Amino acid sequence: MGDFIPFLFNGLSISSILLLTAIGLSIVFGMMGVINFAHGEFIMIGCYSSYIVSLVLGSEGSWLTLLLAFILSFILSFGIGYLIERLVIRKLYARPLDSILATWGISLILQQLARNIFGSNNVDAPMPKILSKGWEVTEDITLPFNRIFIILFAVLVCLFVYYFIYKTPKGRILQAVMQNRSMASCIGINTKKADAFTFSFGCGLAGIAGICISMLGSVGPSTGQNYIIDTFLVVILGGIGGLRGTILGALLIGISSPFIENFTTSSMAKVIILSLVLIVLHYKPQGLSPMKDRTID
Amino acid sequence: MFEIKNLTAGYSNESSAIHNINISIPKNEICSIVGSNGAGKTTLLKSIMGLMPSKSGEIIFDGQDISKLDSEAISQLGVAYVPQGRMIFPYLSVEENLLLGCEVRKMNLKKALEIGYDYFPDLKEIRKRKGGMLSGGQQQQLAIARMLVIDPKMILLDEPAEGIQPNVVQEIGRILQKIALDLNVTVLLVEQFVSFAINLSQSYYFLQGGEITKESRVTKDNVHSIVKSIKL
Ligand SMILES: Nc1ncnc2c1ncn2[C@@H]1O[C@H](COP(=O)(O)OP(=O)(O)OP(=O)(O)O)[C@@H](O)[C@H]1O
Ligand SMILES: [Mg+2]
Repeated sequence: MGDFIPFLFNGLSISSILLLTAIGLSIVFGMMGVINFAHGEFIMIGCYSSYIVSLVLGSEGSWLTLLLAFILSFILSFGIGYLIERLVIRKLYARPLDSILATWGISLILQQLARNIFGSNNVDAPMPKILSKGWEVTEDITLPFNRIFIILFAVLVCLFVYYFIYKTPKGRILQAVMQNRSMASCIGINTKKADAFTFSFGCGLAGIAGICISMLGSVGPSTGQNYIIDTFLVVILGGIGGLRGTILGALLIGISSPFIENFTTSSMAKVIILSLVLIVLHYKPQGLSPMKDRTID
Repeated sequence: MFEIKNLTAGYSNESSAIHNINISIPKNEICSIVGSNGAGKTTLLKSIMGLMPSKSGEIIFDGQDISKLDSEAISQLGVAYVPQGRMIFPYLSVEENLLLGCEVRKMNLKKALEIGYDYFPDLKEIRKRKGGMLSGGQQQQLAIARMLVIDPKMILLDEPAEGIQPNVVQEIGRILQKIALDLNVTVLLVEQFVSFAINLSQSYYFLQGGEITKESRVTKDNVHSIVKSIKL
């Protein structure tokens, strides 16, 4: 039992980070059908946002700098996402393969841009002092506050996204566009505006995830790349289109990782997890929790 | 007055699904367009609604040519559409489907619900159910209600009687007449159920192979002979 708690905690911690990085991707992929290969770079933009805040306000971390970093990360990644949608993605909605290629190119450009602006070395972003401490559950077990914070924060972000998409008029408008584009425009919805907003919103959420990642260690131009594969895995395992699937996918991959890593190497664990995902997809090609209704069956 | 002048539209460059269509409907009247499968009825409504580009011709609504506008702009001018296949948003509830157009227009939602449930009381009982889970007839009622609550000036209906039990068809007919009179709405009704459509209408057009082959005003005296004369 004593061993079990750190494993579970580690798993939850990984899950929460996966969830934060995947939720924006899942919205863009699930609602718009656009595969955004630059999603990792929006995470990177978020990581650098907390660094930028520290450049301006000094490297002393506090709750205020953290709050400012969250706000800046969302604004920056939302804004850059909006620009990219207007300039590139919008022209490629009917051509999924081209949009994969284009977003991959954008990903490379953004990484290089980060190298030019911030240098290729990793940087550290400060966080509130208290978060670098931990909760000593027993003599051997200490749960770091920053990880507890990220778990709670992921829950909060999920609640917010759920509320926004399912309970507000604006969210319903986005849903309608994604469910039936031409009918949505026939009842007077501006579908181009909805597309731009959905894409930017997904990017903004990636930015927020970046802040959480910057709380765990140094970040650099390729930080986004380290997370993008697992993030895609979560979205595909969960099933496209629903928040529930993404949460389920993140929990499954996140919680099983430390247990599997326990009896093998971490690269072997990756192979095992990938195989498990493939097996699930073999039996459930739509993922664990796809959307369904009468019009489809 | 709603007017279509020399409208030609189609899905490919070589052939047109509808040719040289001329239609005019006086304000607040019901006009029906009847025709068999593949005659081009849906194509005509789609081009009015901006869902497919017209090759030539004009569509005059409220004194303005709307043939080059997109669906959103046409909807905002007050043209509402009940498509064939209803096109209910499957993952939104009945109530969310009903209110969406009102939310976009910042209209009073409580009043909209009252109007919608007043016309279709059955919808009230299933208001929490997802649109995709409704039966065909329920979806049809919802599609019409969704159109009514946005206070339209003109409505386009694509085969509202299709797959609906007879007494509900009669109910829909009564509602359409009531709307045209009470709400000052012009109605363009596309149907294959000839007697149902002609009996509601003040004028009709017969569409065959993408062209209008017959048209006339409908009066008490000629309604029976018109219905008899149309063989789909
Ligand atoms: N998406 C499409 N692409 C190519 N041709 C089409 C398309 N949709 C319809 N057509 C063709 O255009 C013609 C008119 O079709 P339309 O759907 O307007 O007929 P309709 O009168 O509505 O028939 P129904 O009563 O069966 O609904 C038909 O010959 C049809 O095959
Ligand atoms: Mg049709």
